[in-house]
Amino acid sequence: MTLYKIHSALWLALVLGLGTALSACSGGADYAAHDITGVMPDLEFNLTNEKGEAVTADDYDGRLKLLFFGYTNCPDICPATMARIRAALGGLDADTRDNIDVLFLSVDPERDTPERLQRFTSSFGEGVTGLTGTQEQLKALSKRYRVTYGYGEPNENGFYLVSHSSAIFVFGPDDRARLLINQQQGVDEITADLKTLLGQLD
Amino acid sequence: MTDEIIRWLTPWEPQPVLIAVFALAALCYARGLARRRRIRDIAPAIAFGIGLISMYVVMQTHVDYYAQYMFFIHRAQHLILHHLGPFLIALSMPTAVLAAGAPAWLNRGVRGIGTLPPVMACYRFVQHPVISALLFVGLIYFWLTPSIHFTAMLSARDYWLMNLSMAVDGLLFWWFMLDPRAPGTTRTTYSTGLRIIVLWAVMPPQIALGAYIALAPDTVYDVYAVCGRAFPISPIVDQQLGGLITWIPAAMMSVVATLILLRFGFIHERNRTPPAAERKTAIPTKEPVT
Repeated sequence: MTLYKIHSALWLALVLGLGTALSACSGGADYAAHDITGVMPDLEFNLTNEKGEAVTADDYDGRLKLLFFGYTNCPDICPATMARIRAALGGLDADTRDNIDVLFLSVDPERDTPERLQRFTSSFGEGVTGLTGTQEQLKALSKRYRVTYGYGEPNENGFYLVSHSSAIFVFGPDDRARLLINQQQGVDEITADLKTLLGQLD
Repeated sequence: MTDEIIRWLTPWEPQPVLIAVFALAALCYARGLARRRRIRDIAPAIAFGIGLISMYVVMQTHVDYYAQYMFFIHRAQHLILHHLGPFLIALSMPTAVLAAGAPAWLNRGVRGIGTLPPVMACYRFVQHPVISALLFVGLIYFWLTPSIHFTAMLSARDYWLMNLSMAVDGLLFWWFMLDPRAPGTTRTTYSTGLRIIVLWAVMPPQIALGAYIALAPDTVYDVYAVCGRAFPISPIVDQQLGGLITWIPAAMMSVVATLILLRFGFIHERNRTPPAAERKTAIPTKEPVT
């Protein structure tokens, strides 16, 4: 009976321990965003920028990066998110802003040519870069961050919807994955989170 | 066409250890069947085969990709991992066939580890009716807690921890429930009545959770929007389908298991009577004639 009791206690401890360990990863107290430090791998990619040049994550070394997966024909989420990012960055001082890259990654390379990307990103201010790549490159990057995308059936005009991640991934200057900002977060919360993160990095 | 088949059969996230375990189980079972050559092994072999293959398919083929990026397919994956697959495997009572096909060292190893007192104590503990019901329902609730679900879908490690814990707990639970031996044969063979109570006890919490998800007016699990869906589908439809899968088939399993247990109960009842009758006539003949 004593042995039985010891085992009961051990199992209870194990179950509770697992619970706390897992819930501990699921949200830092300081951020409105999800803290993904250590949960997701460092930023790494081979893509093409909006000037048609091949780029890798190293090209953005030493700067804070906001990465968003979308497509320029996106009717709602993408333009709205880009506008929110722009507004949130507006809450930071100019020097800080200059050290932040916003990477708009199109998962619709079929329609999103470099010119088209450039036209889209230029309407969201300075520091926004459009990126895209081959299906292989896009799949490698999206799988790395456990996100995906898919294409809907084209209508009679050839227009089709694309399902994609709605989150903004934030990477530190050292390319470490830091935050995951989701759609529910307001502009002020994003600004506050970026300030907290920048404060931690200093 | 062949490209398409290869794409579907390729694991989305290959887990070599998992593939090895499945291959070993399949191999031992096939060899056991060949060695025993018994007609009555056929029906259980079909159940075992479907159970094992379905569990493999949802974890180590392209189905896993869809399970990661569609809530309702994730729920269907767990229905197979935690309910259907283990249910069929337990129902097939594969121990004898597996042991007949397994190499001697493996049989010795399993017996050696299985009879270690701490292992036996742990096993008895998790197979205790209350603990077993708590683990069964608790794991479903645990992994479907929105914040925990969020991390589980984002972290490769937690994702596999989630799926494995569901598979292992499913095997333990249905092994315990569908034990065909007469109650009291071992310390973990509980009475039919008690087992039916456990089966019915795990039903309402699953119905409640499934209904809550299916009828929720807003998104409960935002991680699927965060990660993107495998194909464009309305988030609310995805969630409603997932809720229904958690709600209806999962609870139905308890009903099916109850019917099977009642049948086991009748068989035990029938088997119990003849020995008593035999004894009356058998005892005198055993006495010396002279």
